[in-house]
Amino acid sequence: MDTLTPATFDVARIRQDFPILSQPQARGRPLVFLDSGASAQKPRAVIDAMVRCMETAYANVHRGAYRLSELATDSYEAARTATARFLNAADAREIVFTKNSTEAMNLVAHSWGRGVMTPGQAVLISELEHHANIVPWQMLRDDKGIELRVCRVTDAGELDMDDLERKLADGKVGLVAVAHMSNVLGTVTPVERIVALAHAHGAKVLFDGSQAAVHRRVDLQAIGCDFYCFTGHKLYGPTGIGVLWARLEHLDRMPPFLGGGDMISVVTFEKSEWAAVPAKFEAGTPPIIEAVGLHAAIDYVTAIGMPAIEAHERSLVDHAMGALSEVPGLTLLGRAQDRGGVFAFALDAAHPHDLATLLDRAGIAVRAGRHCAEPLHARFGLDNGTTRASFGLYTTKEEVDLLARALTEAREFFK
Amino acid sequence: MSGLFDDLRDLYQEVILDHGRKPRNFRRLEDADATARGDNPMCGDRIELFLKMTPDHHIAEAAFQGRGCAISTASASLMTEVVKGKTADEAKDLGAKFRELAMTGTCPDCGAALQDDMERLAPLSGVHEFPSRVKCATLAWHTLNAALDGTKEASSE
Ligand SMILES: Cc1ncc(COP(=O)(O)O)c(C=O)c1O
Repeated sequence: MDTLTPATFDVARIRQDFPILSQPQARGRPLVFLDSGASAQKPRAVIDAMVRCMETAYANVHRGAYRLSELATDSYEAARTATARFLNAADAREIVFTKNSTEAMNLVAHSWGRGVMTPGQAVLISELEHHANIVPWQMLRDDKGIELRVCRVTDAGELDMDDLERKLADGKVGLVAVAHMSNVLGTVTPVERIVALAHAHGAKVLFDGSQAAVHRRVDLQAIGCDFYCFTGHKLYGPTGIGVLWARLEHLDRMPPFLGGGDMISVVTFEKSEWAAVPAKFEAGTPPIIEAVGLHAAIDYVTAIGMPAIEAHERSLVDHAMGALSEVPGLTLLGRAQDRGGVFAFALDAAHPHDLATLLDRAGIAVRAGRHCAEPLHARFGLDNGTTRASFGLYTTKEEVDLLARALTEAREFFK
Repeated sequence: MSGLFDDLRDLYQEVILDHGRKPRNFRRLEDADATARGDNPMCGDRIELFLKMTPDHHIAEAAFQGRGCAISTASASLMTEVVKGKTADEAKDLGAKFRELAMTGTCPDCGAALQDDMERLAPLSGVHEFPSRVKCATLAWHTLNAALDGTKEASSE
């Protein structure tokens, strides 16, 4: 419904902000980029900010007693403040920069899991998780005798909240770690209900916001969780930077993850003293240029407005549900009530890989496979994987229509 | 909009679509003399290959099971047909030549002796234009080597 899209959201104008979208593709076809869920394209503002940093204000941070280093330190710390504001965090010191969200979750599994949790406790994840929110907990389980529990997902692709409650009931769960939005089903999980249930049973909560932070306004004060992470490159920012947010009281209790420069206050060969949070968790030279790029990306989406971005996406999702349901032989994975712009599907006559090759010829970039969510595909009996189309703020209804027409034609091709 | 995919007929020739839909020798051989499993972890393709050998070490029968895209299924299907009657060395040699065909689109030193076999496999030569799909076409042949060498597992990495 177009009424949902505010008049200020002009997708044609937004597309002009992304240089790659006007690059000529093979056979002169325009790029139809429907793989933003894997990594999003970059607006000119991000590209320019990173170039400007390198051309005018670059040096290592927190080290040099000279102007350039101070400038670079200011930019780096300004990115932290902007990120805190973006998530509505209470304190910028709660923002730890990492390499990506995978590293953020590993940091929590390492420092909280090994440093604060005790053997006999459990971590509760769900069937819809990305491998990044599965494997670190399996490693913790094998290392430390922490039990790993998995909350079921309904046939509609939503978290089974009764199962979640059952698995919390004995009070052994120390941490619930689930995605805020699934990278396969598009499902947006009921974060506030999860927090209420988990906290009532004495568990802390981590949300993997890798997908959600791109599509929704994240208000950490309203959500009330303990840990939250996202990754810069999906938010139209650069690769090489991710964000872990955690409550200050948690970060203070957690031992460091990596050791090295910048994370200590005193070092002798006998022992070292840790620096204060967040430096304690940022060993070595941090992603300085990337932080500047992330800052620019946050400013970019904030200027457009997360509510406007969400409204645009809702209208695209409605449109896609209609268009895809008209493709013969197409089965959509997941039909959650609350969902974002990620659609994984199977087409009866075609293997996902063959389909992706065909769509590529039509200039349409989609992802084929199991999208780092192998257990979820096994749960739905789709061992061949699925084809996934995922939207960004530059995605148009015309692109969705082109996808639907191409899928219909692809089915004929393989019949 | 019609003909959006016309230029893909080089990759998906009728032979490939046919073998992809109705693979030949698609079954388990219970009394196989050699077996191996092949995995393409990137895309989840997986095949299990079964060989029966004659007393004088020729391939009497080859069959496979598994799941995969049209290209990997068709390649396995065609392979089980062309390796029949070959010795292990001949089959491996053919596999090496096929891999060259899949990667480059031609096989200059294939020679007259392999001409018939290579003609049967030629419909798969189109994959060379799709680097991400070459592994789909070569998985079955990697698996064949593993079965013949007794290493049991192959990966088209
Ligand atoms: C839900 C989810 N979690 C985690 C990740 C991992 O992100 P990254 O590879 O940037 O660490 C992704 C992206 O692939 C994702 O979609």
